[in-house]
Amino acid sequence: MFSKASKGSLFPYYIWIALFVIAPIVLIVYYSMLDLNGNFTLANYTAFFSSVYLKMTLTSFWYAFLITFFTLLIAYPTAFLLTKTKHKHLWLMLIIIPSWINLLLKTYAFIGIFGLYGPINAFLEVFGLEEQQILFTDFSFIFVSVYIFIPFMIIPIFNSLDKLNPTLVYAARDLGASSFTTFRRVIFPLTIDGVKSGIQVTFIPALSLFMITRLIAGNQVITLGTAIEQQFLVSQNWGMGSTIAVFLIIIMVIIMLLTGQKKGGRA
Amino acid sequence: MKKLSTASKVYLLLVFVVLYAPIFYLIFYSFNSGGSMNNFESFTFEHYEAVFGDSRLLVILINTVIIALLSGLIATIIGTLGAIGIVSIKDKKMRNTLLSLNNVLIVSPDVVIGASFLILFTMIGVKLGFMSVLVSHVAFSIPIVVLMVLPKLLEMNTSLIDAARDLGASRRDVLTRVILPYIQPGIFAGFFLALTYSLDDFAVTFFVTGNGFSTLSIEIYSMARTGISLTVNAISGLVFFVTVLVVVGYYFVTNRTKRAGQEVQR
Repeated sequence: MFSKASKGSLFPYYIWIALFVIAPIVLIVYYSMLDLNGNFTLANYTAFFSSVYLKMTLTSFWYAFLITFFTLLIAYPTAFLLTKTKHKHLWLMLIIIPSWINLLLKTYAFIGIFGLYGPINAFLEVFGLEEQQILFTDFSFIFVSVYIFIPFMIIPIFNSLDKLNPTLVYAARDLGASSFTTFRRVIFPLTIDGVKSGIQVTFIPALSLFMITRLIAGNQVITLGTAIEQQFLVSQNWGMGSTIAVFLIIIMVIIMLLTGQKKGGRA
Repeated sequence: MKKLSTASKVYLLLVFVVLYAPIFYLIFYSFNSGGSMNNFESFTFEHYEAVFGDSRLLVILINTVIIALLSGLIATIIGTLGAIGIVSIKDKKMRNTLLSLNNVLIVSPDVVIGASFLILFTMIGVKLGFMSVLVSHVAFSIPIVVLMVLPKLLEMNTSLIDAARDLGASRRDVLTRVILPYIQPGIFAGFFLALTYSLDDFAVTFFVTGNGFSTLSIEIYSMARTGISLTVNAISGLVFFVTVLVVVGYYFVTNRTKRAGQEVQR
């Protein structure tokens, strides 16, 4: 299609792939088999399968699952209703703008909002409830994460709903399907790809987020991401950190396969 | 089409309120003369003055912008050339392998990218600081540029290139006068996304920044860890203002190129 000479333009791109895609994976696997003194060992893997790390992995999964679930629960109806609005692309734009504000700033806002003297507690007080510690709880962690992921979940779902041919919906209705059946048998199956990519962009980061856990959940919640950061930057145990990273990569690949879409890409 | 029911409108409104409330909450208290985010005492610009009076913070701001622009530019060049190269590969298997490798960094969790880059830089002996941060940002921005440019290249009619060659254009002319102008919207979108990736990144930078060098995200993190400081609120106000400006600007520029494109086609 394009002239052969343009293959030369791949040179820097190949270097990038070798240095920043392949080498890092190889290095992570290599380091996962080193102990603190740099000797070859499989001790990190045995340690990972001890109860402490397995429990951490499971809780991390549970949190990621809850976060993804609630994000989807809120995002799907939002995306659905957005496609029904008059200026849908303008509204979508308005949904996207908050996702461009730095993540740290949004997280920081919740330190104030959920604070002991913050607006939420002030609101609760109106109803005669005691001030509560909202910050540093599971609830605050999940709430803030859902808040952050909502736009990223809405975008792919919106796109797949937008592509949906409305005549299919009319046909289902004409043939006597109730609106719920239409949704369950026609709309949802046809937009499942959008849902899958939404889950992908939510679940994997939810496993590995560490700044939200640090800032909002105190040290109450430890995710795989927090553990990696801890091992690398605090304990300086790169071997163990790499081992956790290896498992995170494996989990990621599994999720990609599960939520993968059949590629009809052109040749 | 049916009109939205009241319940639907209320639901949408609620989502919008929740999405924007924290941001406006931050900005609102950035004008608070009291030191907290709870009771508003009186209106003041002192926190904004504090941002512009703090030379360390200004250096960090400048660093952040320089890293974003520079990494965006380098990533756009490598990514665009890479995309052109990928399209020129005829072997289907090879092309798909490259595309899969391209997507690895997009789907990888930030923490893993950060940790592996940290190992890489330590091994090669790159000093942690400006260079390591810049290189990392270039590295994780390249795939998104490729993904933005590729569809434009694929939809391009190859007879345009053949025509140019037949009319005697050199390879260089074909690239600069035919291909690049055609895929320009994709390049532009790629650069823009690379910028936002860089400005937004926290986790990767956190791993590879070392001591002494810091970007805005890192600085906000360390400030937020010590508690509430209304200087951070003032930064939010500025960031929000700039974001809206950029969005509006981007909207106009893409609309203009679209219109210009239509005129050319006519």
